Amino acid sequence: MDSKQISSSEELNTNVESKKRKLVVPGEVIVSGDDYLPGEGARRDGKDVVAGRFGLAEELGRVVKVLAITGAFIPKRGNVVIGRVVDITFSGWLIDIDYAGSGFLPLDESPRFVSKSDMDQFLAIGDIVVAKIWAVKSKGIDLSLQGGKGLGKLEGGFVFRVPPARVPRVIGREGSMVAMIKEKTGCTVTVGQNGWVWLKGPTVDAEIKARKVIEFVADNVQLEGLTEKAEEMLG
Amino acid sequence: MIQRNSGRKADELRPMSAKVGVVPNADGSAMFSFGDTVAIAAVYGPRQLHPQHMQDPSTGILRVNYDLLSFSVYDRKKPGPSRRSQEISKVTQWALEPVLDLKEFPNTVIDVQIYILQADAGTRTAGINAASLALAHAGIPMKNLVCSVALGKLDQDIVADLDKSEEDFEGGEGPTDFPIAKIGTGNDFSLLQLDGKIQPERVKEIISLADVTCKQIYEVQKKALKEAFQ
Repeated sequence: MDSKQISSSEELNTNVESKKRKLVVPGEVIVSGDDYLPGEGARRDGKDVVAGRFGLAEELGRVVKVLAITGAFIPKRGNVVIGRVVDITFSGWLIDIDYAGSGFLPLDESPRFVSKSDMDQFLAIGDIVVAKIWAVKSKGIDLSLQGGKGLGKLEGGFVFRVPPARVPRVIGREGSMVAMIKEKTGCTVTVGQNGWVWLKGPTVDAEIKARKVIEFVADNVQLEGLTEKAEEMLG
Repeated sequence: MIQRNSGRKADELRPMSAKVGVVPNADGSAMFSFGDTVAIAAVYGPRQLHPQHMQDPSTGILRVNYDLLSFSVYDRKKPGPSRRSQEISKVTQWALEPVLDLKEFPNTVIDVQIYILQADAGTRTAGINAASLALAHAGIPMKNLVCSVALGKLDQDIVADLDKSEEDFEGGEGPTDFPIAKIGTGNDFSLLQLDGKIQPERVKEIISLADVTCKQIYEVQKKALKEAFQ
C-alpha cells in the first residue's frame, strides 16, 4: 500500500508520462482489493476497481480515478471558459461556450451596474468574454464575471480552438507553458477550459508564432520534454 | 466439414485491424475492419438535441446512423437512408446503449455516424465494433466495450465471420447468418439476430463460439485504443 501512495507534490503533477498513470480502456480492471475507493471515471465491481471511461488511470492514495484525455468539453463548476455572446435577453446574456447547453450570464453577475436598457453597451452580440462557471444545471450553465481576475470582455485579438482535453497541457504545470509563450512572444494569451484560446500580440508575426506553438503543444501532449521543444520552436 | 473459400478454419476470423482518431473533426472516431469489410465511425457530442421534443431531462440520448457508402458494394448503392440502413441503425443503437451512462448529460444527444467504406458481409458487426471504439475515444462514460461478430452456419457447420461468398452459399441447408454483440468479455449480449435456419439446440454452439471470438475482438479493440497514445 505504501508504495502506491502519492505525495502531494505529485498530486499536482499534470505530466502525461508520469509513471503512476496508465492508459485504461472502459471496463478494464485498474486495481484489485477492498482498500481502494473508486473516484471519478471509475467504479467498483466486486473486488475490482474498474475504469468507467477511456483515459489515464491515476491513484491518489486510496482513491483511483480516470482522467479523460479525449472528447468534448464537459463543464464543471469553477471552470473558467471563453465564450461568444449569442443573444441578449431581458435578464442577461446567452453565451456560446461550445457545449450542448449554452451558458447564461445573468445581469446581476456583471462586475458593475449595467442598465437593462443598454446591456449591449457592456456586452454586445458577437463579443468574446471570459467567464467562470457558477453552476451546472440540467437546463443550462450559469456563468459569472465575479470572483476571479481576468474575467470580462476581451478586446481585439482572435480566438481559435484546441481539443478541450489538451488544455491542461497547454497551460502547463502551474501555468508554466502559457507563461513561457507569453514571455517569448510578447502576446497576451487566455486559455479557456473549453478549449478556446484567445490571443493578442504586438505584431501579426508574434501572434502567428504563438498560435503555432500552442497548436504544436496541443497536438503532441504525449511527448516528453514538451516544454523544451516548445521553447526551441520559439527560438 | 465444408472447405471455406478463404481456407479459414471454422472458428477463424478474418484478419482484423482497428485504429482510433481517423476523423480529426469529430470528438471521437475509429476504423474497424474484418478482412475486406471496412467501417468507420465518428462520434459527436454530447451536444444540443434538436428537435427539442426528443430531449430527455433525465438523461442524454444516443442517436446512431449507419449507412453504406455508394461505392462500398459492387452495384452502386443509391445514397440516402433505406429500410435496411434504418433497421441496422436501430439495432446498432440498441447494441451500444447498455454500456453507456448518459445521466451526466441531460437534454443532450450523442451522435454516432457509421459508414461502411467497403462491404464484404458482416458490416453491421464491424460498424458496432468501430462505434464502440469511437465512443470510448470520445471520452464518453462507458461500462465496457462492445464486441460484435457475425457467426453462422454453412449447411451443418457452425462457422465464424462469414464473408460475402459464404453468405451466398447454396448447398445443403444453406447459409445461416447469426450476428451477435457482447458486452466486453462478460456474459451479456446486446445483439442477437438470426437470418436462415438453425436447430434450437445448436444455438448453444453459436453462443460458445461467440465467447471465443469476442475475446479476440476485444484484444484488437483494446490494442487500438492503447496505441493511440503511445
